Amino acid sequence: MNSHVRPATADAAMLQVSDLSAWYAESRVLHGMNFDVRQGELLTLIGRNGAGKTTTLRAIMGIVRELTGSIRFQSDEIVGRRTYEIARRGIAYCPEERGIFSSLSVRENMFLPPVLQKGGLSDNELYATFPNLKARASSPGTKLSGGEQQMLAIARILRTGSRLLLLDEPSEGLAPVIVKEIGETILKLKAQGFTILLVEQNLRFARKVADRHVVVENGKVVDILTNTELESGMDRVKSYLGV
Amino acid sequence: MFENISPQLLFGQVLLGLINGSFYAMLSMGLAIIFGLMNVVNFAHGAQYMLGAFVAWLLLTYLGVPYWGALFIAPVVVAAFGMVMERLVLRPLQNLDHLYGLLATYAIALIVEGLVRQEYGSTGIPYENPIPGGVNLGFMFLPYYRLWVVVFSLVTCIGTWLLIEHTKLGAYLRAANEKPQIVESFGINVPKMITLTYGFGVGLAALSGVLAAPIYQVSPSMGSGIIIVVFAVVVIGGMGSIAGAAVTGYLLGVVEGLTKVFYPEAASVVIFLFMIIALFLRPAGIFSGREAA
Repeated sequence: MNSHVRPATADAAMLQVSDLSAWYAESRVLHGMNFDVRQGELLTLIGRNGAGKTTTLRAIMGIVRELTGSIRFQSDEIVGRRTYEIARRGIAYCPEERGIFSSLSVRENMFLPPVLQKGGLSDNELYATFPNLKARASSPGTKLSGGEQQMLAIARILRTGSRLLLLDEPSEGLAPVIVKEIGETILKLKAQGFTILLVEQNLRFARKVADRHVVVENGKVVDILTNTELESGMDRVKSYLGV
Repeated sequence: MFENISPQLLFGQVLLGLINGSFYAMLSMGLAIIFGLMNVVNFAHGAQYMLGAFVAWLLLTYLGVPYWGALFIAPVVVAAFGMVMERLVLRPLQNLDHLYGLLATYAIALIVEGLVRQEYGSTGIPYENPIPGGVNLGFMFLPYYRLWVVVFSLVTCIGTWLLIEHTKLGAYLRAANEKPQIVESFGINVPKMITLTYGFGVGLAALSGVLAAPIYQVSPSMGSGIIIVVFAVVVIGGMGSIAGAAVTGYLLGVVEGLTKVFYPEAASVVIFLFMIIALFLRPAGIFSGREAA
């Protein structure tokens, strides 16, 4: 099923998180996370609310700044770098709350992120991938439906040329038919060679799109399973998630 | 009661109101831009306006640079001072309560005014009118320089508004007003953007100062006199609303002028009456919206 991943790079770690701890003021949120994301793969972080999944993405992006441990992106250490420097190295981030700007039109939202390196989607490709957004180009960004806002939030980070996408719960709060559509979009992106780190609580959604799953509990990685292992070990995973 | 009001008085005061309004508009626009992005109430704005006028005078007196050169050079010089101030003073305070930014800028205003007063005294220094003369319109005499001020200020305000509302650069600014972290996650150097934006707002203040030099005298207290009114304008226009600030600036300038015609006793307080009414209608006051979030 992974035939589109070039074998030569399939095992190269694009992102290596080692012994990562993070603090919000006095309270420690991550307690030594260890995992890696391989080139071209789609990895999910799954776990309960408050397990530290979102914090992990925010730490990678340099938004959470009180960190110890190491995050290597394409072998370079990025802990301690500013968010914009990390972005320029080729990591794009789509936050849980989507981050659509209400004072900007859909078009302005879409084309706000600058092209940082070659290989991003062109303006035409973006509209071809997200046809709904073209019709609404002039409306304010936050006048879109939740699903359209999610699409817009994903669409706009694709033009930067970043090859690693951090997506925080794109399925959250959306109707099943929209979730399905977003799943198809994510699979399309994976087929185009994007490497994706996806935070997800929706197991059904996660197992449809992912290669591997990292189970997070209390700021630690407690298990890492391939998608096949997830199928056979469903009971174990459900007990982690408390569902 | 109005029958003995001459057209000269009426139009004269409307013009004066427009002139004052031109300064209110440019200054409040700069304040609104700075507040929008940085959440800093820039109390140094009056001092930076004064510095604009003062640098223009220094350029003329010591380097022989005429008004037209100063109109470009002085704002750049004062903006550079503002950017240094942002890096050294405001940036370390940016994660603290906004009151610290307000206090720090107020302190800088006092220091700058004090230094200028120490060196050059508190009496005003005249600055020669670069466009003397005027035209008699029949019902009133219109000095060319005042016409220039109104036109130049209108062009500057409209230009700034277009820049912010209709360009890519402006889109970055509006986006960073809302969610700076997201903008930074797109690879934009937001700290640099904040420095440049503060410099732009300060430059606008200095530009107003150069414009004001030939009309008012160049004096250390010229900024503290006007800035209180400008704050009232910004409160009425809606803190952080750029177009609102400019439009309110012109309107209140004219309202002030008209009050001088019809009820001179109220002229100096009419803007504050408007402010009280505005605050009643928008009880959350100057920090509404953003602070509640």
